[in-house]
Amino acid sequence: MMRTADLVSSASRALRSNPLRSALTALGVIIGVGSVVAMVALGSGAQAQVERSIASLGSNLLIVVPGAQATGGVRMAQGGGGRDTLTLDDVEAIAGLEGVLAVAPSQRGNAQLVANGVNWNTRIEGVTPSYMLARDWEVAQGRFFDESEERQARRVVVLGATVARELFPNVDPIGQAMRISGGSYEVIGVLESKGQSGFGMDQDDVVLAPLTTVKRRISGRFRRADTVSQISVKAASEGELNRLQEDVENLLRDRHRIRPGDEDDFTVQNLSSITETAAATTQVFTYLLGGISAVSLLVGGIGIMNIMLVSVTERTREIGLRKALGARQSDILHQFGLEAVTLSLAGGIVGLALGVAGAWGMTSLFNLPLVIAPQNALMAIGFSGLVGVVFGAYPAWRAAKLDPIEALRRE
Amino acid sequence: MTAPLIEAKELVKLYQMGDETVHALAGVSFVVPRGDYCAIVGPSGSGKSTMMNILGGLDTPSGGRIVIDNADIATLTDEELATFRNRTIGFIFQSFNLLPRLSALENVELPMIYGGVLPKERKERAAALLTRVGLGERMSHRPTQLSGGQQQRVAIARALAGRPALLLADEPTGALDTQTGKDILNLFSELNREGVTIVIVTHDHEVAAATKRTIEMRDGRIVADHLNGSRAA
Repeated sequence: MMRTADLVSSASRALRSNPLRSALTALGVIIGVGSVVAMVALGSGAQAQVERSIASLGSNLLIVVPGAQATGGVRMAQGGGGRDTLTLDDVEAIAGLEGVLAVAPSQRGNAQLVANGVNWNTRIEGVTPSYMLARDWEVAQGRFFDESEERQARRVVVLGATVARELFPNVDPIGQAMRISGGSYEVIGVLESKGQSGFGMDQDDVVLAPLTTVKRRISGRFRRADTVSQISVKAASEGELNRLQEDVENLLRDRHRIRPGDEDDFTVQNLSSITETAAATTQVFTYLLGGISAVSLLVGGIGIMNIMLVSVTERTREIGLRKALGARQSDILHQFGLEAVTLSLAGGIVGLALGVAGAWGMTSLFNLPLVIAPQNALMAIGFSGLVGVVFGAYPAWRAAKLDPIEALRRE
Repeated sequence: MTAPLIEAKELVKLYQMGDETVHALAGVSFVVPRGDYCAIVGPSGSGKSTMMNILGGLDTPSGGRIVIDNADIATLTDEELATFRNRTIGFIFQSFNLLPRLSALENVELPMIYGGVLPKERKERAAALLTRVGLGERMSHRPTQLSGGQQQRVAIARALAGRPALLLADEPTGALDTQTGKDILNLFSELNREGVTIVIVTHDHEVAAATKRTIEMRDGRIVADHLNGSRAA
């Protein structure tokens, strides 16, 4: 029986005797493993990005908007419905439900800002101080307005990071004056940056002002005084989110006197279920990309089989001689099998390195997080080894089964 | 050591060639004692190649019985045949059959690799054998850097590496010029005097005359078996 060390050195010697051929054969596996690793990393990065940006909207969050739910389910919160069906009384009622940590009504509008001689068109949200808690948002600079400022409809604003950067590039925005829809406002704070939402919207391109201020002076002027365009409801814990969603729905149906069977005039969106859906979608893409790349790994395996068959034919006489000198069938099988596995495993390792480099390049290009799970890397290596075993088995078996008399006679 | 090294009785080997059954061996019986040096001669088609394949454990007989070094060839499994070829037989071929990628030393090591001999012992034994056949200075040479005679000496060293009971040579001088062939036959005689049993398969009667005994085959049978006068013991 051949010693393992001798088997390994024999296989590596055979591969090194024709380095160009060995390298080209391994190239198929290199490309296969490399593209699988890069594609899966890219997909995982996109998935992490989607999850992260949806989570940035706020955790354990329900968003209630006016109007019936669009068919198919997921519609994003920011839009708001057509009719003014949500009122401040609804907000009060929701606040009384069990398991509610914070309720924050908001009124959305668009506004033309002028400050420092610069014009900026953006979104303005009329909110109450509880909005910050409901949306997991913090003030980076200055302060937020308090309850009394809100009640008194003071002309104060807190700027999103993008707005602050655009309007006050060189000065401290705190204490600066700006004009919104003709009125003068004081900047009292700047929000910390949240970045893009999962839907490609810049969450920092916003101005927060007291709800009453916005209702009276900016966008609510043509609407009923007590309606809001959105209610953010934060649950005390994630476990209560689904129950709370049902409670909110029942409460609002009751309050809005909607009969059983009739369509709701509001929609409650559950962000964690949106997150799950979005994550599942990107995961499907990840599998799809990985699957397509796996086909190239298969092609690489066929390349190995092809070259191994050529090699067995070329080395028929050598195989006959080895058998005459006492090589068992298993020795020959192992030798050729090991050559195939070495080729594919080496291809796998090089492919992994190139795949990681490629993933790094692409994720930095698309500004995605680089996610490479160690088990995926190990799986890529293991899979390339498996390719060697599967596609090396038949050529090795052919070599092992050669009749030594015939083989020695071959020129 | 009383049992003969080779004992063949009524050995038969059949081949199917289309519809025809060819009797490559049609009842061959002979005995080779240990320490013998004999030649099996005959024209092509006489059955001598078949005889050599069976002696070397590359082929098995269709009928009859052959015992080599106490092993009944017909009863051995594939694995046992491999071990038999590794331990009992040392093959020498007409065309040397050295592996071109390996040095002389590594070629001699080859059978010991399949015998599971450890690297250190392998190298020592291979070096000693190459020195024995007169190639002590050329151990790291590749086969292509050696002359035909030198290559055949490497092959003889390789055949001796497993300390075989039987050295089996197939036309060992067939690819060599006359003088080199004589040198190789002299080496065989020396090895035989040191106690190695040698069987040469050849069609060349001059080669056969250099051995102690000639077994002549024709049409799958032994037609003559005699000691060579000048060298007879």
